[in-house]
Amino acid sequence: MPGDAAHHAYRRHSLLVRITHWINVIALAALLMSGLQIFNEHPALYWGKSSYTGEPALLEVKGGLPWGKSSETGKPALVELESKFPSWMIIPSGQNLAMGRRWHFFFAWLFVINGLVYVVHSIVSRHLGRDLKPTRDDWRGIGRSIKDHLLLRQPRGEEARRYNVIQKLAYLLLIFGLFPIVVLTGWSMSPWLNSIFPGWVDLLGGRQSGRTLHFIAAWLLVSFVLVHVFEVVITGFWNNLRSMITGRYRVSPEDRS
Amino acid sequence: MTRRLHSRRRFLRQALTTASAALLAGCDALSNSSWFPKVLGVAEHLSRGAHHLLTSRRSMAQEFTEADLSPQFRSNGTANPEDAAYQALATQGFQDWKLEVDGLVGDAAQFTLAQLRAMPSRTQITRHDCVEGWSAIGKWKGVPLSHVLALVRLQPEARYVVFHCADPMWGTPEKYYESIDLEDALHPQTILAYELNDEVLPIKNGAPLRVRIERQLGYKMAKYLMRIEVVSSFTGIRGGKGGYWEDRGYEWYAGI
Repeated sequence: MPGDAAHHAYRRHSLLVRITHWINVIALAALLMSGLQIFNEHPALYWGKSSYTGEPALLEVKGGLPWGKSSETGKPALVELESKFPSWMIIPSGQNLAMGRRWHFFFAWLFVINGLVYVVHSIVSRHLGRDLKPTRDDWRGIGRSIKDHLLLRQPRGEEARRYNVIQKLAYLLLIFGLFPIVVLTGWSMSPWLNSIFPGWVDLLGGRQSGRTLHFIAAWLLVSFVLVHVFEVVITGFWNNLRSMITGRYRVSPEDRS
Repeated sequence: MTRRLHSRRRFLRQALTTASAALLAGCDALSNSSWFPKVLGVAEHLSRGAHHLLTSRRSMAQEFTEADLSPQFRSNGTANPEDAAYQALATQGFQDWKLEVDGLVGDAAQFTLAQLRAMPSRTQITRHDCVEGWSAIGKWKGVPLSHVLALVRLQPEARYVVFHCADPMWGTPEKYYESIDLEDALHPQTILAYELNDEVLPIKNGAPLRVRIERQLGYKMAKYLMRIEVVSSFTGIRGGKGGYWEDRGYEWYAGI
């Protein structure tokens, strides 16, 4: 380890950001795994207002549906999967739709409340405006930032104290794009919420389209997590992890680059 | 430095494997515990509360056009009740079938299919959303449940409507049943349907009579109706959870 005296640590993440981050980790893991349990009960995806529109399914698991072809059209789905999601990926580990739903809706509420707390806090504490909103300089340097990311070049010194522009955009897209989409498409499957304003679900293409989009959004979240964890590992795993637990983040001196 | 990295990596890998195995086992242990599913069950009350804040008693489920109809309306659960009494009624075209309506009502009554067909009717093209994840769109015709309940006069203590069905489940003597509250029972789209897609309701879809509850999932919409019982509480009935699937862990509130 280089001389610790040359390093200076500062408080990178507020307590609320740290707590909501880890609640999100738990909630998203539970939501993904219980969601795959729910998918396994009817392992097929469709586009449209219903599953039986006369068109073949978008995706189905071969032999996953006992009554034959999922769309009842006799035509194969666009995408065919070999098997359902394995037991180590689903909650509970055996087929149990009732329990899977309980997990899913509990953690969905936790996820939504947690998200609202985070957003309100971020606005009030100016975390959003100060740390996440790209500055004019950020926008100008976006080309360089993309190059830095592709070359896995890490910022040092003062630069490392703040989020880079790609990082900011990724978090903003997640918080105000993907998270609302996954919640909205989840709501689109509720027959009761359907009645708030009959027809709103058709804006997503219909209930079965909403279900398909929910599935896609879930995997986009997984891909976000993979890139996120990759970046956490290559930019100093223990430093990053500590900063999300204790809040303290060490910045290496500029001359080390 | 390299050795240290190696051991760190090995430690990380082992920790991850152990942690994920423990996590999965832990999740199953939680699911099987007596307390955790109750904690998870809080979500059902939150959803029901939030949904009722966002909608009114009269908010209507979406209705569709003939163009949206599913080519055929699939059957789920029981497709043909394995019950001698039901089969005897079916061979007679349900001429001798009667719907009993009793419980907390002023005038308990029995209605034949012809009597129900002679009552005011509602026709609606709605989407049936199954808890499993699929949806089908069908055209239903039937008598509003509110009309039948008005005929028998609800007593003031009436809170829930219980549907008793003819179909024994999976070769056991246990027959299907379901329950809804009065808000759903009196909702204009809640009908006792005797027609599907302009034809007599087929046996696979619940002949001679099934209930439609359009703001909830399919398992609420009991088929093969024999008796409607009005109660103040369903805790004393069967498993006490208000329905065949509810007794097996599904939510009583199926609006999501």
